[in-house]
Amino acid sequence: MNESQAEDERPDNDDERPQGDSAADPLLLELVGYLRDERSKLREEWARRISEAELLSVMSDEEIFSEATAVYDNYVDALETGSIETLQTYARELSERIIPRGVETHEVLGIVLLLRDVLARSLFTKYQDDLELLNRILDAYEPAANRIAVTVGVSFVEERERVIHEQQEALRELSTPVLQLRERLLILPVIGILDSSRARQLTEQLLGAIQEKRATVVVIDITGVATIDGTVANHLVQTVEASRLMGARTILTGLSSEIAQTLVDLDVDLGMMKTVGDLQGGLEEAERLAGYRGADTSDPDADAES
Amino acid sequence: MAVAILRQGAYLIASIQSDLSDSEVIELREELTELVGDYATRGIVIDVAALDVIDSFVARSLRSIVLSAKLRGAETIIVGIQPDVAIAMVQFRLNLEPLRVALDLDAAIASLDRLTRRGAVDGG
Repeated sequence: MNESQAEDERPDNDDERPQGDSAADPLLLELVGYLRDERSKLREEWARRISEAELLSVMSDEEIFSEATAVYDNYVDALETGSIETLQTYARELSERIIPRGVETHEVLGIVLLLRDVLARSLFTKYQDDLELLNRILDAYEPAANRIAVTVGVSFVEERERVIHEQQEALRELSTPVLQLRERLLILPVIGILDSSRARQLTEQLLGAIQEKRATVVVIDITGVATIDGTVANHLVQTVEASRLMGARTILTGLSSEIAQTLVDLDVDLGMMKTVGDLQGGLEEAERLAGYRGADTSDPDADAES
Repeated sequence: MAVAILRQGAYLIASIQSDLSDSEVIELREELTELVGDYATRGIVIDVAALDVIDSFVARSLRSIVLSAKLRGAETIIVGIQPDVAIAMVQFRLNLEPLRVALDLDAAIASLDRLTRRGAVDGG
């Protein structure tokens, strides 16, 4: 008999089980056998509880059912082998599929815990006549089930963090593009909120681009920036100054009235800051400085480059 | 010495090869000011691309080279300040006025051509 055999071997296995050696535990094997036999019934019960709790509302019933089947089988496998690797891989793939559709962390944790409850409750029903055996079955079941729940939850959160990290990276790269308009003439359009970390990154990218593209004139357009604080304004002034040290002249265009006042209040030397009202005027001025067009005849660069 | 000084027409090109000690900076200043007179130099280009750091002493010395060369009739242009160096100089408020800077040797020579021609016109 399975049960008596299980009782005989309990003392030996008791110490090892928490270390993940659950495959050797006959109680767990019996449990897994039972869960396999009851697969379709428990799976349906689980899917029903999921829709009842209004989890995974973005997915259709068919999708929920097929994912539920896959999770159920992986879950039982993980219980049997004690190895969570397959489940981990599956959870990661599942997360990749469902995160773009807007599935929330609480939903994922919710469905895994629901499965745990559904299975636990079916165990109660099966072993209700033998409380001692039920206790031991639960002793075997609970740690494994909890580990699985943690694994799935963590995989989901990790996947989400990876996505967020990727997006942050993309945002950072996109946020300060340095564009080459003509030979030796760069534009740096700044749109959105200019905080000090972005301002620092802007400075680095601009100076790097000046060196790489051998730019002599740079237009920084801040039409899309509504306001800046004193620190950032200072940083902007420093950027212009550092560009000058590298041999590039900087034109600042599109200053909002608020930014203009911030700069004046800073009491910095604005003499070396060349500012033009809008981007169009700034570009015309830049082309003149770089010797492209409308340059006066006394400027030898114009002869050389046109 | 860690600075190579080449003569190219009416210009002197001083290329700094490695970080300079304070005494080497002073030596450079003396040598350049001396040479300006010897070769009837109209312009000097100082290439600092090899410098990882420009501290207040170097900055002040560069400035005094510019001023003393100017007194002897030559314009000076600094080229090759690295991005990191530029940021550091601005943050430490190393005022290089009235230093002229250029991105590279080509730009510096073009700029000197313009300056010296204009200077000649102004003088005549």
